[in-house]
Amino acid sequence: MAREVIAYIIHKEGIADDTAIEMISAAHKIDPDAKLIALVAGSGPQLDTVCNQIAASFQEVWKIDNEALAYPDAELIRPILTGILPSGSIVLFPNNTFGMDLTPGLSIKLDTAYLADVVDFEGIEKGKLKTVRQEYSGQVSTHVLCDISKGIIITVRPGAFKADESKTFNGSIIDKTNEAFQEGIPRVARRFLEIVEAEVGEVDITKSEILISVGRGIEDEDNLEIVFDLAEALGGDVSCSRPIVDAKWMEKSRQVGTSGQTVKPKVYIALGISGSFQHLGGIKGAPFIVAVNKNPKAPIFQIADVGVVQDLLDFIPELTDKINEIKG
Amino acid sequence: MEILVCVKRVPDTSENEIEVNSDGTDIERGDLVYSVNEWDNYAVEEAIQIRDKIGGSITVVSVGDDDAEEVIRREMAMGADRGILLSDKVFEGADGRAIASIIKAEVDKGKYDLILTGAQADDGAGQVGGMLAAMLDWPYASLVNYLEVIDNQKIKVGREIEGGNQEIHEINLPCVLSIQTGINEPRYVGIRGIRKVASAELPIHGAKELGISPEAVGHTGAKVQKVDYFVPDLGEGAEILEGSTDEIVEQLVELLKSKGGIK
Ligand SMILES: Cc1cc2nc3c(=O)[nH]c(=O)nc-3n(C[C@H](O)[C@H](O)[C@H](O)COP(=O)(O)OP(=O)(O)OC[C@H]3O[C@@H](n4cnc5c(N)ncnc54)[C@H](O)[C@@H]3O)c2cc1C
Ligand SMILES: Nc1ncnc2c1ncn2[C@@H]1O[C@H](COP(=O)(O)O)[C@@H](O)[C@H]1O
Repeated sequence: MAREVIAYIIHKEGIADDTAIEMISAAHKIDPDAKLIALVAGSGPQLDTVCNQIAASFQEVWKIDNEALAYPDAELIRPILTGILPSGSIVLFPNNTFGMDLTPGLSIKLDTAYLADVVDFEGIEKGKLKTVRQEYSGQVSTHVLCDISKGIIITVRPGAFKADESKTFNGSIIDKTNEAFQEGIPRVARRFLEIVEAEVGEVDITKSEILISVGRGIEDEDNLEIVFDLAEALGGDVSCSRPIVDAKWMEKSRQVGTSGQTVKPKVYIALGISGSFQHLGGIKGAPFIVAVNKNPKAPIFQIADVGVVQDLLDFIPELTDKINEIKG
Repeated sequence: MEILVCVKRVPDTSENEIEVNSDGTDIERGDLVYSVNEWDNYAVEEAIQIRDKIGGSITVVSVGDDDAEEVIRREMAMGADRGILLSDKVFEGADGRAIASIIKAEVDKGKYDLILTGAQADDGAGQVGGMLAAMLDWPYASLVNYLEVIDNQKIKVGREIEGGNQEIHEINLPCVLSIQTGINEPRYVGIRGIRKVASAELPIHGAKELGISPEAVGHTGAKVQKVDYFVPDLGEGAEILEGSTDEIVEQLVELLKSKGGIK
């Protein structure tokens, strides 16, 4: 029998997240012959829309439909999954804020192996799954061997695997609702109340064509001046990485990344930013990326088009002067 | 409120270039500067703010070797009431699950209302808190960037989700939370503060004290095992501009002009 790989589908307003089809190529790297099963929880017509959409890419779709699942609350979904996941399964989740909330505990409840934030798979050898992870925000990589004899829960990094729409199936949709709620709605000790939307700020960096983005390498709040001067010379806007917001040096609406804004500029200048995947996850539309960083090994240089290995505190004022000189 | 905060000693990535050692078995650890995992400082600060408001005490715990003592003391200087080092030869090579089960054994010896961890540490796993909660059968919330104590039975938390939006929950005590950066501004710890706690008592608990069988933790117990370290090869990478600063500036200005980077 073919090995089964189960992928948990994140969806919103009837549309599956990009990670759904990324997990297909991830699953094929685990085992090219694997049978692909999508697991989709939610409620009502929107859930059906997602299931129909996903059935084109997976051999089987397991649907769990209940009003209680209208909002994907990890504490509620964990006991439900514990009840329906076959023992020994390989189960993939996206490494996003839902996956981070749900999966470590799920692996304990199922007594399986666990591995978070995988960026590549190198197949199964002698019953062990060989995976690739990164450490120290991408400065080094590791191979990790996983004992999958009792199953494994894995989160995969969003964007690390290519979306795979090459194969089309007409997957059957299997309603797992009754099985999932055999013992009624799980009693949980955490209750979801509401979503509070992020505040809108003074500049809308999602509309900017030129972004001058500053990270922890700026070292001190007073040094921000040189970044604003450069932005003014270039006619762009200033954005930043998370530590700048954490330090309360800039408002949250200027933060680029998965927990900040998604930007689509033409040109992105990263100053003193190491290039964590959560930061890069907020940059879309393949802009021309310039990175200035004093560490030649900074991961940002792997994705930038042009790199400058210099101390930004010296370099930026020189660059600004030159631009102002040209513009007269 | 009795609060336990889990802290880890990690290489400081803003101070170090992390490199793979010559045989690929580890990173080059010779000249590394270590510090407390960034997220854990926010967890300790949050614990201090809760205690100072409603009373109680804070215990800081770390699984590690003797060097971990230094980070526990730093957090005690910050304001934690006591520290415990969980250390034993057999803990070497422990994976996230083993770390969680070692901490669980310590939790079982005490009486805590709230356990805080950082959202993630140096290897970016973000797993210890969620595993610990499941082992204890306590509720869990990750990526907490807002916390309000309602009464001695429940608290209100905000989880930071995609786009900077916030998911609000009510959660029963006892519970485990992983703390996201930005929830507060961790206080500064000066040399004087560290000196003050230099000789404070710091018990060390090993496998025996914790009642842990060596097979369950450490290298042999791990279901996931790092086999090697390597430098990621992600294609061509950036064109690095060379020359004097003047020359680099010239080249960069030309490139920016051609790409529409100057308005
Ligand atoms: C759930 C979650 C969500 C997250 N969301 C986001 C997000 O939305 N956005 C985000 O940015 N991060 C996010 N993060 C944080 C992320 O993991 C990194 O911690 C963060 O992006 C690092 O920011 P940085 O690159 O500015 O700092 P660092 O990683 O500390 O990098 C600083 C860089 O500056 C360089 N440098 C230092 N001094 C100088 C100098 N004088 N001249 C030149 N270069 C210098 C250093 O070499 C280094 O590469 C998130 C984390 C989690 C867990
Ligand atoms: N060795 C350790 N000792 C104590 N706490 C730890 C240890 N490792 C991880 N933690 C806690 O778990 C959090 C998340 O780490 P991780 O799951 O390793 O990404 C950290 O921020 C710590 O609070």
